[in-house]
Formats: sequence, structure tokens, C-alpha cells
Amino acid sequence: MATKPNLAASDSPKGMTLIVKTVVRFAIGIVFMFGWYIIIYGHLTPGGGFAGGTILACGYVLLTLAFGKELALTKMSDMAASIVDNTCALLFVLVPILGIAFGYFFLNFPPHGKPFNLVSAGVIPLYNILIGLKVTSSLFAIFLALSIFGRFISKLVEEAEEEE
Amino acid sequence: MQTIYPLFTALPLAASFFNLLVTKINKKAADYIALLVTAALAVMAVLTIFEAPFAYQVGGFPPPWGILLVSDGLSSLMLVIINVIGFLSIIYSTKYMTMYTAKPKYYSLFLLMLAGMNGVVITGDLFNVFVFLEVASLASYALVGFGCEHEELEASFKYLILGEVASTAILFGIAFLYSMTGTLNMPDLARQIEVIGINKAVAFVIALFIMGFGLKASMVPFHAWLPDAHPSAPAPISAMLSGVVIKALGVYAIARIMFDVIGPNAMVSSILMFLGVLSMVIGVFLAIGQPDFKRMLAYSSISQVGYVTAAFGLGLNPNVGSAVSTMALFGGLYHLLNHAAFKSLLFLCSGAFEFRTGTRNRYEMGGLIRKMPVTGIACSIGALSISGVPPFNGFWSKLIIIVALIKGGFLVYGVVATFVAFMTLATFIKLQKSVLFGQLPVRFAGIKEAPFAMTLPLVILAILCIGLGLAYPFIDQGVLQAARDALLDKLSYMGYILGG
Amino acid sequence: MILYFLTLVLFVMGVYCLIAKKNIIKKIIGLTITDYAINLFIIIIGYRAKGIAPIMFKNMTMKELTEYGVDPLPQALVLTSIVIGLGVLSLMTAICLRLYEKYKTFDMSEINRLKG
Repeated sequence: MATKPNLAASDSPKGMTLIVKTVVRFAIGIVFMFGWYIIIYGHLTPGGGFAGGTILACGYVLLTLAFGKELALTKMSDMAASIVDNTCALLFVLVPILGIAFGYFFLNFPPHGKPFNLVSAGVIPLYNILIGLKVTSSLFAIFLALSIFGRFISKLVEEAEEEE
Repeated sequence: MQTIYPLFTALPLAASFFNLLVTKINKKAADYIALLVTAALAVMAVLTIFEAPFAYQVGGFPPPWGILLVSDGLSSLMLVIINVIGFLSIIYSTKYMTMYTAKPKYYSLFLLMLAGMNGVVITGDLFNVFVFLEVASLASYALVGFGCEHEELEASFKYLILGEVASTAILFGIAFLYSMTGTLNMPDLARQIEVIGINKAVAFVIALFIMGFGLKASMVPFHAWLPDAHPSAPAPISAMLSGVVIKALGVYAIARIMFDVIGPNAMVSSILMFLGVLSMVIGVFLAIGQPDFKRMLAYSSISQVGYVTAAFGLGLNPNVGSAVSTMALFGGLYHLLNHAAFKSLLFLCSGAFEFRTGTRNRYEMGGLIRKMPVTGIACSIGALSISGVPPFNGFWSKLIIIVALIKGGFLVYGVVATFVAFMTLATFIKLQKSVLFGQLPVRFAGIKEAPFAMTLPLVILAILCIGLGLAYPFIDQGVLQAARDALLDKLSYMGYILGG
Repeated sequence: MILYFLTLVLFVMGVYCLIAKKNIIKKIIGLTITDYAINLFIIIIGYRAKGIAPIMFKNMTMKELTEYGVDPLPQALVLTSIVIGLGVLSLMTAICLRLYEKYKTFDMSEINRLKG
């Protein structure tokens, strides 16, 4: 029985060259950490859910470009992207409906805390995290659908060139 | 109702995402979720008729800093139209969409479109109108190209490009209004524009809004997307698009902005009346010779929305007396309600015919009333209603609009509207002759009646057509009076800024 | 004042690209340029001469923020508009890929089966 190929190895045939893989192995942690920093500190510094989510999605795209699509699909498959997407969107609609019990739709009902702290401003950091996760999975799912699962375009181009 | 008013947008949104989660486990659950949610929305919409007008502050922030949700007569009329016809379309699609694949995704997109349209109608903040307009438009672009065949993709792409240019024009107008007044809240904008008056910048904004919302409402000369998009969509989506979406996104938005934010003036009134009459004429002339059943219905949609626009234009005119403008508004709102009923009935009938015979070309059909009696009679009722035959509902609303035009002094427009009514009658007599009566082609000898889930909405809509026509005195007192007063009374709309 | 005119020049360039080019991809790029021109216009509306960013630091007073800060509301509008533009762009690209699969061409003048 053949052993499963190590997808993250430097000498696997998928993905780009050795230099790119080494650098990406180092840089990808920084990219993800930066993305989460923008999301979590969204109520204190510029950024917030959408900007941080875009950075995280670009991190996943970097992983796909450097190591090949099999590795990226093990990190976040299309089924996982769809589930995370829909769950976060559902929670983002249910939390304001919970606010109706406290008074108004979209009311900021948790205690507000002291300004300029990390844990402050009520429910806004929670909204940032939900939006960040949703945007990450959505943008990566769009990338997958257009480039990897949309392979029929390159097949058509090959057929057209063979005819000529 | 006041505490659960935002659920009109939140409930379909939550149901749409929940649908995509649940159908990964069990595909049949999508039908039940969609039916349950749209039934609840239809019941809630009918309940809003009996409430006094109020304003709801989202998030507890007072206006003009927070978003305001306004409920008055016009909003409840539009909510009833949107949600009831949405519910009937969902009942119809449980059987019809078996012709397509990926049915759960269809329900999710449909619920998103419903959430967007509800949002446009209930909100009192101008940028919120733009956001919900985009949500509903994006869902409808995807739904038009749902079965991914050649023509449907081409129609969807054209609709997308034209719709996006219109949305860009609307955003441009909103940016101008914000830079002039410093606020986006519609009652507050109404107060500021009274102070500023109609100077050149406001006239530019009016032009941008007429272009943007006019394309969504498919007024001539912005109608080029509609004859391609409506036939290519699946039949329940055609019914929703033609009966509800062009009214909620286009005609409602123009009426709300021109009546309540900018106020009656003569220039806008004459532009709207001219565009309305032009739409009437061009729509009906292009509808007569079409071999495709649904394309003919799409062109006649342009014509009927022209009636509504011309009536609203007459209601905006400050020079005619208040009796004439009240009558014109009553005719316009009544025709909006009627057109939603009979146009969706006709599109659903065409879908039933396509489901059984497999073709949309009306020259290939014939004598179908013998094989499909319920569908045939419903189609007849719809065709008679749209032609304006008494005692069905189309007759009363067209009569009121024509009388209002003549009494207001616009004799040419009144004569043209009467002529167009006769041409519509001719079109639909031709339709009935070629589809329902005549020779049954040999290959259709074995077809049966459409399934029960498809004939039930047809019967309900046919009863509504007859009922709206016979109950004409009661309709005025109940719903339409409140809607008419909400539009004509700009002062009470400005009073919502004080929070109810 | 000159900035507003330059934004409108960008808008007109986008509309020209949308109308005059035959390739579908170029039309998509033209529509995207138009969207971004309008977003730029909205941000420039909120500008205030000698202004600072509307972020509050620890030792700032509210009076400083309201007197010197640029208007933060157009920035929120533009954020929403960019997200909407992203959604439209992804839908357009998906439809364009499917159109190529069916019609085998990217030329818009050959995609005209719907007439009349």
C-alpha cells in the first residue's frame, strides 16, 4: 500500500518552486495573524470585519498558489467553506433578533465596558468576528468556484487549439 | 406588530441561510422551510393593514442619526402585494421547479429576493433603499439565468449590465443629495428640500433618479432588458419579476421619493406622464406580433406599468385640483394592485402550459382548454382582466385613470390611453384564440391537467381578480385610502422625524 | 473642485469602455471602473480642509474630533458600496465563464440569439 504523499513537502511535484514554498511557509503565519488582528481590533482601529476577512481569504489563496489545490482543499474544503459561510450569516441575523427581546432590533445589549479596552463596545466585536469568518469563507469559495472547479474553460481552450 | 416589524427582512434572510445548511443533510426540507416562512410573512403583511402608522427606530438610535423604519398605508399595501404573491409563487414552484436542477439554491435565492424587496418597502432611510435594492436585484439577476441555457445566460448578462448602470446612477444621486443636505433620513430630507427649493442641483438629482428607478421599473426608453429577461426566467420568477419586482423596486421608489421627499411640482409631473404614455403605446404595439407567449406578456407589462406611471405623474401635478389628483392616485394604486394579480396569473398559466406541452410558441399550441380546463379558464379570466372587460378588476382601474386624465385637461393622453386599452383587448383576444381555442395539435392528444400544487395558486389568483373587481367600493375605504393619504400628505411624512 | 471633475472623467472613461468595446471581459472592467469612480466621488464629498482622520485617541476631546475630523459617514457608505461591487463582479464573471462555455466566444456581437 503506497503511503499518502506529503502535500506540504518542499519536493512534492505540485505547487511552485522551493524558494516560494520556503518563504510562504514562513509568511503564511504572519498573514493570518495580521488578518485576525485587523478583525479583533476593529472597534478601536480602522479595519473591522470585511477588511480582515479579505486578508484571510488572500492568505488561503496564497496557500493554493504556492502549494497546489490539494493542500488548500485539506485546509478548507468547499463543503467546510459553505458550512462556515451559512452558519456565520445565520448567527449574524439571529443576534439582532435576540436584541428585540431587550428593546430594539440591532440594539447593543451587552454591557459597554470602558472605552479603548479590547473587551468593550458591547456586541460590536462579535459582529466583526462573524463578518470576518463569513467573508473569508465566501471569498475563498468564489475563488474555488471560478478557478479550480471551473476547469471546463481551460479544457475548451485546449480543444479549440487542437482543432486549429 | 411594532416590535416585530424588522422581521419582514430578517426572517427571509435567516431562512435563506438556514435552508442552505439544512439541505446538506436532507434535500426535501427546502420546500417546507420556504412554504412555512412565506406563509408567516403573508399573514404578518395582512396584519399590518389594521395598524396605525408608526416609525420604528433601529438600534434605539433616535432619528436623524439612526435608521428609521416607517409603516404607513403605502408600505402595508406594497407588503401585502409582495408577500402574498411570493407565497403563491412558492406553492407553484414546489411542482414546477422539478424541471430544473439545484432546487434548494432556487429557494435560497427567492427568499433573498423577498428579503430585499420587503426591505425597500419598509425603510425610511435613502441609503438603506439602495442597499436593499441591490440585494433584491442581485438575487433576481441570478434567478433569471437559473436554468443555464444559451438564451437565459445572455438575457441574465444583459439585465445585469443594465441594472448595474442604473444602480450606479441612483448611488450618484444619493451622494449629491447627501452633500447638499447632510442627512440621509427621508423625512429629514423632505424638510431640508422644502427649505432649499428645487434648484439646479435638485433637478439633476431628479433626472438621475428617474433614469435609475425608471430602468428598474422598465419605463420606455429604459425597457430594453425586460423582453429578454422575463421570458427566460422560470415561470414563478417571471410572475414575481413582472408582477412585483418592477413595482416594488421601481414604481414604489419613484412614488415615495417624488411625492414625499421632493414634493409635487409641474416639471416632474409632465416628465412622468409623458414617459408613462410613451410606455403604454410602445409596449402594446410591440406585444401584438410576438410568437412567444411569455415575450408578449413581458411587452404588455411595459404597457400596463405605463398606466401606473402616468397616473402617478398626474397625481404629482400641483395645477389640477385636488379632486383630480386624488382620483388619479386612486386609479394608479388600484391598477398597481390589479396588475400584480392578473399578470402573475397569466405568467403562472404560461408556465403550466409549458410544463405540460413543452413549448412556449403560441402558434404551436391550440385548443388547450379541452385538455386543461382549470388552467384554461384561469388564463381566460386573466386575459379578460388585463383587457379591461367589466366586471373584472382591470376595467375599473383603467376607467378611473382615463377619466382622471380627461378631467385633468390632458385630452390627448386620455384618448391615447383608451386606444391602448382597445389594442390590449385585441392582443389578448388573439392570444386566447391561438392558445385556448382552435384545433388541438395531434402530438398534444395525451396531455393531462397541471398538478394540484400548480393549479391551486391559479385558482386563488383568479378568485382575487374577480373579487378585486366586484369589491371595488370596499377597496377604496380599506387599503387604498390609507395608501393615497400617505402619498399626498408630505407634512405627516415629515412628522416621522420626531419618532412617530 | 478640480477633483470632482477628475472623478467624473473617470466615470466617463468607464462608461466609454462599457459601450465601445466588444469583448465581454472589457465590458466587465468598464463597469467596475464606473463603480469605483462613484465610490471615489462619495469619499471626496466628506473631505474637510486641514482635517484629521475621524478616529479618537486616548487624550483627545470630543470638540477636537468634531472640529477637525473629516466626515465619517461617506466612508461607511463607500464600504457598503465596495462590497456590493464585489458581489456584482463575481456574479458577472461567473456568468461570463458560462457564456463562453455555451457560445464559444467572448465577442458580444455574436451573442445575439434573443431578438425582436
